Amino acid sequence: MEKLLMKGNEAVGAAAIKAGCRHFFGYPITPQNEIPEYMAKELPPLGGTFVQAESEIAAINMVYGAAGAGARVMTSSSSPGIALKQEGISYIAASELPCVIVNMMRSSPGLGGIQPAQADYFMSTRGGGNGDYYMPVYAPASIQETVELVMEAFEVADFYCTPVMVLGDGMIGQMMESVEFPEPKKRSLPAKDWATVGTGGKRKPNIINSLRIEPDVLEPHIQKLLDKYEVIKENETLYEKVNCEDADVVAVAYGTISRVVRNAIKKCEEEGIKLGLIRPITLWPFPFAAFEEISPNTKAFLSVEMSAGQMVDDVKIAANGRIPVEFYGRYGGNVPQPDEIVAKVKDILGGGK
Amino acid sequence: MSLVFEKTEGLTDVPFHYCPGCTHGIVHRLVAENLVDLGVLGSSTGVAPVGCAVFAYNYFNCDMQEAAHGRAPAVATGIKRVHPDNLIFTYQGDGDLAAIGTAETVHAAVRGENITIIFINNAIYGMTGGQMAPTTLIGQKATTAPYGRQKDVQGSPLRVSEMLSTIEGAAFIERVAVNNPGNVRKAKKAIKKAFECQIQKKGFSMVEILSTCPTNWGMTPVDSLGWLEENMMPYYPLGNFRTPEED
Repeated sequence: MEKLLMKGNEAVGAAAIKAGCRHFFGYPITPQNEIPEYMAKELPPLGGTFVQAESEIAAINMVYGAAGAGARVMTSSSSPGIALKQEGISYIAASELPCVIVNMMRSSPGLGGIQPAQADYFMSTRGGGNGDYYMPVYAPASIQETVELVMEAFEVADFYCTPVMVLGDGMIGQMMESVEFPEPKKRSLPAKDWATVGTGGKRKPNIINSLRIEPDVLEPHIQKLLDKYEVIKENETLYEKVNCEDADVVAVAYGTISRVVRNAIKKCEEEGIKLGLIRPITLWPFPFAAFEEISPNTKAFLSVEMSAGQMVDDVKIAANGRIPVEFYGRYGGNVPQPDEIVAKVKDILGGGK
Repeated sequence: MSLVFEKTEGLTDVPFHYCPGCTHGIVHRLVAENLVDLGVLGSSTGVAPVGCAVFAYNYFNCDMQEAAHGRAPAVATGIKRVHPDNLIFTYQGDGDLAAIGTAETVHAAVRGENITIIFINNAIYGMTGGQMAPTTLIGQKATTAPYGRQKDVQGSPLRVSEMLSTIEGAAFIERVAVNNPGNVRKAKKAIKKAFECQIQKKGFSMVEILSTCPTNWGMTPVDSLGWLEENMMPYYPLGNFRTPEED
């Protein structure tokens, strides 16, 4: 297979096109601009559509329209822009439309900064907009994994009729790595017989809608969503475990920072400390099962994040009081260094400096 | 006996929820009849707004999408880009189109997006119970303008057709009213022209329709028609603002 050196953001675009996405609606924001730029260049020759919308709000509503019309469609943005899209994402989830949303996180809150961060964990894994809904959230840790998860995201979106988020940090978007483009893994997908393609005078109108004014109609609809989420939890949860058996401390980290933890694992080894890693690949559904297998002799889980501590809440739920949970994070665009993580591990083990 | 009148197949059999005397029903008919007359009902998708016409997806006998408040032109853009040969229309009120959705409206026109907007201007928020709209007239009372709209407090009402007619991508812009049978016929013609503009891929089209809201205006349906003519028409003059050049 041909190996290419590609920037993460461009690889997102290439993977989406490889997955059959021909419609993209976006709005510029750093550090994800190479995604809309790539799509603007590559989609028109393929007969696809790129629209630079007037805002993130308009872009996500164009996605709603295109998804409802039966297309494979994607948008991308970064933290403040994703915040603006939350209204549309809620409508898309409620209307059970498939689409892929890419968030290359920058530091926040507010306008924050343009350096990489992971401070959108809450917004991504708790629905984000109004109402009782969730969406699958994939957190790649390399450009290769980004490519594979973007392609998988389209399949999962179509399979479950749900929005799917690919959550990278600015580092994933901006760095270059060698990457291969395997053939997308295809699922047996349900026909989009609900799409607004025109009745052709042959059937009753299809209606894409999230409004259900009667409580006794809305409640069963929400229940239908919840039932779907249970199936997704059962079948789509992904994680990786490294060095966890008999580990002194098990770090929990996703995306870019999980690679820094791998360096910390080596440094700990040199000092006779066994540091493990649980790397959630889906943040929702969160891989709770991975924590159950960890030995009670492990001294602590250590959630390492490029945020002030968000995923640590899920780690606490996963630990359920069985094993103490610690946190180490840098934020505002700073990234925890291996030595800082090692120092934190030593501190937990009582051998701090 | 010969049949002299029947319901258009462009509408479903679902009873309208609109208040007595409201002109939404008339406009729904005009849109639906045009879709049938042009032979495009089966290849059309409508986009319903948030506001009084929120349930329009139950009434039009074509595929429909329900949009978030103000976002109908963006939703229509998404549909149109996937099915460029289908007829895509939005049906929006003044709050939806001219307040929360101003950006989506203006930029659909800027792109020359080949969609048609049916714009109901009744100078009030109906569904939420009579709040001030961007098109509420100076002196007109609303629940959120209890002393009447004042120029130095709430500013002057927005003339949407005039604003959009400054945009190059807006191919067809016309303001009509549905206050009497003659104007209803003119309104139907304007909607037909707007749809033809889209079918011929000439670009963005909008028909602004001056309408009544007897319930929130606090008037009888008949008085409302008179109020529309006496108060709205002087500020919102009827007429065509843009029309595509003949090929």
